[in-house]
Amino acid sequence: MSNRATPDKTTQIEIYRRMALIKANDERLRKLVKSGRLIMPYYSPRGQEVIPSALFVNLNDDDYLCTIYRGIHDMLAKGFPLKDLWAELAGRTTGTCKGKGGPMHLTYPDKGVMVTTGVVGASMPIANGLAWGSQIRGDGRVTVACFGDGAANIGAFHEALNLAAVWKLPVIFVCQNNEWGEHTAYHKTSNVPVADRAAGYGMAGVRVDGNDPFAMYAAAYAAVQRARAGEGPTLIEAMTYRFHGHVFGDQDAYMDKQRKADAIANDPVPRFRAKLVADAIASEKKLADIEAKIEAEIDVAAEFALNSPFPDVGELKRDVFAEATDR
Amino acid sequence: MSTETVTKASKGTVLQALNAAITDAMEGDDRVIVLGEDVGDPEEGGIVGVTKGLSTRFGDLRVRSTPISEQAILGAAIGASLIGFKPIAEIMLMNFTTVAMDMIVNHAAKLRFMSGGQTHVPIVIRTMTGTGFSSGGQHSDYLEAWFAHTAGIKVVCPSSPKDAYGLMRSAIDDPDPVMVIENMPSYWLSGEMAEKGYRVPIGKANILRAGTHLTIIAYARMIQEATPAVAELEKAGISAELIDLRTVAPWDRETVLASVAKTGRALIVHEAVTPFGAGAEISSILNEELFGKLKAPVKRLGGAFCPVPYSKPLEDAFAPRTADIVAAAKSLLG
Repeated sequence: MSNRATPDKTTQIEIYRRMALIKANDERLRKLVKSGRLIMPYYSPRGQEVIPSALFVNLNDDDYLCTIYRGIHDMLAKGFPLKDLWAELAGRTTGTCKGKGGPMHLTYPDKGVMVTTGVVGASMPIANGLAWGSQIRGDGRVTVACFGDGAANIGAFHEALNLAAVWKLPVIFVCQNNEWGEHTAYHKTSNVPVADRAAGYGMAGVRVDGNDPFAMYAAAYAAVQRARAGEGPTLIEAMTYRFHGHVFGDQDAYMDKQRKADAIANDPVPRFRAKLVADAIASEKKLADIEAKIEAEIDVAAEFALNSPFPDVGELKRDVFAEATDR
Repeated sequence: MSTETVTKASKGTVLQALNAAITDAMEGDDRVIVLGEDVGDPEEGGIVGVTKGLSTRFGDLRVRSTPISEQAILGAAIGASLIGFKPIAEIMLMNFTTVAMDMIVNHAAKLRFMSGGQTHVPIVIRTMTGTGFSSGGQHSDYLEAWFAHTAGIKVVCPSSPKDAYGLMRSAIDDPDPVMVIENMPSYWLSGEMAEKGYRVPIGKANILRAGTHLTIIAYARMIQEATPAVAELEKAGISAELIDLRTVAPWDRETVLASVAKTGRALIVHEAVTPFGAGAEISSILNEELFGKLKAPVKRLGGAFCPVPYSKPLEDAFAPRTADIVAAAKSLLG
């Protein structure tokens, strides 16, 4: 693969920074949920840090993202600000959605986070519309739809991928195959790799190791080039593994213990960190500084969120329509 | 108002009015785009031709025929609307909204609220339905109550060419999702055409005829059944006030309550099945607001509680007819 795109040193460090942010953020969230200080349904993306980190370093703030309930990693990699995120998770009026959306509906258009959906399969049809808008405007923007392997079996996947291919939309479908659709293993729900389905739509499709920052970067780079050149959509199936149960708190007894232990032992975050140091891309101190800064930012965000006021009940009548409702 | 709006009132059909409304909106605003099955001119501009001429005039990037994929159609409309477009999505038949309910109910209706007002979904969902063509159980249902029951969606049901134009223009202007329900047999209904740029405000009913003994509240094709009923009642010495609701959600409480406060009697007529229909909500509000002023219990007339049947005599008996309206009105007068 001589012509495969490779991230330069600065980009490698930036990929790591985003991965470290996702990992640290997840660890803090789980800690606070466990302690009872933060009460929310939480779908941990732990283990899937590489995919959005290596993807979004190829994109800009004004490119669009539609993601799903297990999507905080996607949002953070896209630049979603921590304070707005945490305040929304805590259901406070200072949250990005004024506390009216919550973890499954986080939205931040300034960084292109246009939709977060709690419905499996719904990110893809909406991503097409954003991409259609870019196509009409000729603004060169790219839209990314993130979803899990479970979403590859819902009808909306088929409708959306087919339409995107027929309309040659500048969209990238990123299937994060973490081997689990809720409690059911992928091999029990489909006979073929998700990426193989791309051929059925006349679309470029690729399966990559989603835990390898270099493979993921190269796949994303090619897909972005294709989209910006007006050559249509790409389906990327990024292979990864979910470290926790479907929803935080589930006993995950359905997950093979050895498989899970192996995946955690092969944690992509410390693995990439060690590689950066070994390859002399970044010093131990530089990475430690990055991590310390992240922890400090999370401290500030968590503190801000938990000390912010809850929304007024008058919010029930606002944002249903443009004009406040009176009933 | 521009000078070109001062044209002489002419005659035309609902079909022509809808086509003119979309054409005028697209002409005045690049953000208005159209998608759906067969909407482009190579596909004959829709199965009844509502969008005829648009793709030729505005290009096939702005007027785009789609695969038969209702979720993809509405998803694309929603996505484009989030970044400033005003998409008009055609869902050919109202029954086909059922295969895209997630996009309508979970997304179009809720994104404004769930994003705390950061995004909104100014889409128009055009859809047709209604009995009269022996289309049977899956091509004829009036499902407006489902959408009226969903916070975040507006629902309009034009009954004349002029209202079709004015409501379509207002639906396109609206910053929130609006479902425009077009009645199939009414496409070829002829009447006065609106002047260019005319608007019918969403949420505003129309008193088609003033009366004193009872109020008949109807919409869509039921106006065509109720109008002769009012004339017949007149002959029997009963003065009925006829209100065309025009918008089902949010319905015009003010106009309806004022009318029923005056007449003391209300008959609500719709083609949708009676149980849990829009009539139930209107009746309930009338009872809540006007208890003590009502001279008779509020009455509802709607479709039979069965799937729309095929055989002509059965289909004819399904929805309220003029004779049913006359009989129900007379029963209210005791």
